[in-house]
Amino acid sequence: MFPLTEESKRVAQLLLNTGTCPRCIFRFCGVDFHAPYKLPYKELLSELQKFLETEKDELILEVMNPPPKKIRLQELEDSVDNLSQNGEGRISVSQDGSIASKISNLNVCNICLGILQEFCEKDFVKKVCQKVEASGFEFTSLVFSVSFPPQLSVREHAAWLLVKQEMGKQSLSLGRDDIVQLKEAYKWITHPLFSEELGVPIDGKSLFEVSVVFAHPETVEDCHFLAAKCPDCFKPAKNKQSVFTRMAVMKALNKIKEEDFLKQFPCPPNSPKATCTVLEIECAHGAVFVAGRYNKYSRNLPQTPWIIDGERKLESSVEELISDHLLTVFKAESFNFSSSGREDVDVRTLGNGRPFAIELVNPHRVHFTSQEIKELQQKINNSSNKIQVRDLQLVTREAIGHMKEGEEEKTKTYSALIWTDKVIQRKDIEFLNDIKDLKIDQKTPLRVLHRRPLAVRARVIHSMESHYVDEHHFRLHLKTQAGTALPGAEHTVLRKYFRWIHLLS
Amino acid sequence: MATDPEAAEPVVPSLVDRYFTRWYKADVKGKSCEDHCILQHSNRICVITLAESHPVLQSGKTIKSISYQISTNCSRLQNKVSGKFKRGAQFLTELAPLCKIYCSDGEEYTVSSCVRGRLMEVNENILHKPSILQEKPSTEGYIAVVLPKFEESKSITEGLLTQKQYEEVMVKRINATTATS
Repeated sequence: MFPLTEESKRVAQLLLNTGTCPRCIFRFCGVDFHAPYKLPYKELLSELQKFLETEKDELILEVMNPPPKKIRLQELEDSVDNLSQNGEGRISVSQDGSIASKISNLNVCNICLGILQEFCEKDFVKKVCQKVEASGFEFTSLVFSVSFPPQLSVREHAAWLLVKQEMGKQSLSLGRDDIVQLKEAYKWITHPLFSEELGVPIDGKSLFEVSVVFAHPETVEDCHFLAAKCPDCFKPAKNKQSVFTRMAVMKALNKIKEEDFLKQFPCPPNSPKATCTVLEIECAHGAVFVAGRYNKYSRNLPQTPWIIDGERKLESSVEELISDHLLTVFKAESFNFSSSGREDVDVRTLGNGRPFAIELVNPHRVHFTSQEIKELQQKINNSSNKIQVRDLQLVTREAIGHMKEGEEEKTKTYSALIWTDKVIQRKDIEFLNDIKDLKIDQKTPLRVLHRRPLAVRARVIHSMESHYVDEHHFRLHLKTQAGTALPGAEHTVLRKYFRWIHLLS
Repeated sequence: MATDPEAAEPVVPSLVDRYFTRWYKADVKGKSCEDHCILQHSNRICVITLAESHPVLQSGKTIKSISYQISTNCSRLQNKVSGKFKRGAQFLTELAPLCKIYCSDGEEYTVSSCVRGRLMEVNENILHKPSILQEKPSTEGYIAVVLPKFEESKSITEGLLTQKQYEEVMVKRINATTATS
């Protein structure tokens, strides 16, 4: 059943005459259910003609003073070549030449510039899907985002004014909200097509994004008059190429007075020579996170690559040893490594290991069974004896927050081998075991002073345990507050209580 | 560092030797034997200390007091730095005075920066207990911490002597003294 009512006939005829496509006509007539838009273009055209035919004669009379381009209804059914006054009518052969020639019955729509003509039909969707499949991403759902040229808003605005005026003659009102938005209609049509072609649902929360950007170079200057009328809406942004962003254009359109608009922009909008071009079709997958704990057994391994002036000072790093394998398996573009605190190059990490998390950026592969993750962990562990990884698992972004909290709040355990100049006996170091919650004020260590502010930070050493080794050595285990600089801590404590010890650190 | 160069046991490298490179400036400001030792950390921070050949560190010298007031308007104690980029720090040139050391025998010595850069801090412990300066000149008895400009971090050592060069100067000095006596 044709969705337009008698009421809408005049508006529909007016729009069709001025070069508007059937789907845009539906939008301006308030057709807000999906089904009509999904019908094939040719069918829509013929149905529309049939609908309007009854009043054809009257309408031709009415449109006596037409805007420069007039489309007579008979011609729609016939030839490929549309011979209008200005010779506009041929859809230029764009890169999508094959698609264009099929829909050459009508000019490029003067409102949607072809978006709701060829660019929402199955052939185009297939083309996009081919690219998606070629990109090699693994996905179970997708979110489709589309970007239209800003001048569409200007044309939409002009068409609205035109229709509003026409409806006013019939004592009918038309609010902006009565019109179906271009993007909405576009998604109504294309979402099911994408789903069908790729075999996955469209889900707004999906991490996998397919984005299509349209441009229409021919009409780029349509917006420019707005800059003169509403200069404060257009602030030059440093990185953007054009000041005429969609947001800025919308803002200006809301501001500008009707009379001013109509003076500057043709109403109805004129028909373009060419249809939109596809600027880009891109796919990207949101980041996935892998976490675990690592042990470091080497005293020659930095956590991150140590490169000064382009020269690598030490071979490899903790993050590379773990992440390189993940990068390959997840087929990710890049990674961000973070951990709950870190240790020096020459310090080992023992015990349960230090928690870490790796963000894998734009991964092509995202689904792994727990068995596969176990195997991945084994692979990492087999590849190096400098580090070992445990509890490797996929986690959410929130996990990173928890881990970083630990950096500030958890306690740390250290073990240091202390060399003493003078001879010591077992009983000499026993008193250390009784010291609890020792407060020390630490100045920023010289070691990091070049990159951190000079400050005094109060720290606590919760407890200590000494283990006699021989007359010149003992091991000291310390349990400290997070962020305590170990050599400083030892020095302060031991210097305070143990004056005749000459410390290694 | 070891007073006995022919130690039987290997000397355990100190913290200073593990993390710092020693640079020297001899006869600073033309004053005979007033040698300074600059400890340069691998992160380019410099710790200004007295070299072991400095008169203050010779046996028999007693320090009466140390002052960081180097002029009527400038006290190194007033140095305040803030933030990662150490804003507000007093900027030092090579000849900038850091402190004055007054000895019980009436002698007065000025310690100079020897490197260009921002003053991070001066050692307040030696104000309260000057003997630390003599007991541990390379560690707890340091004079000041200076952060050179990043671009200059390599060039600041161009005017300074390496450990080896310093030792050669010391030998020459001893020979000259023995020759004249």
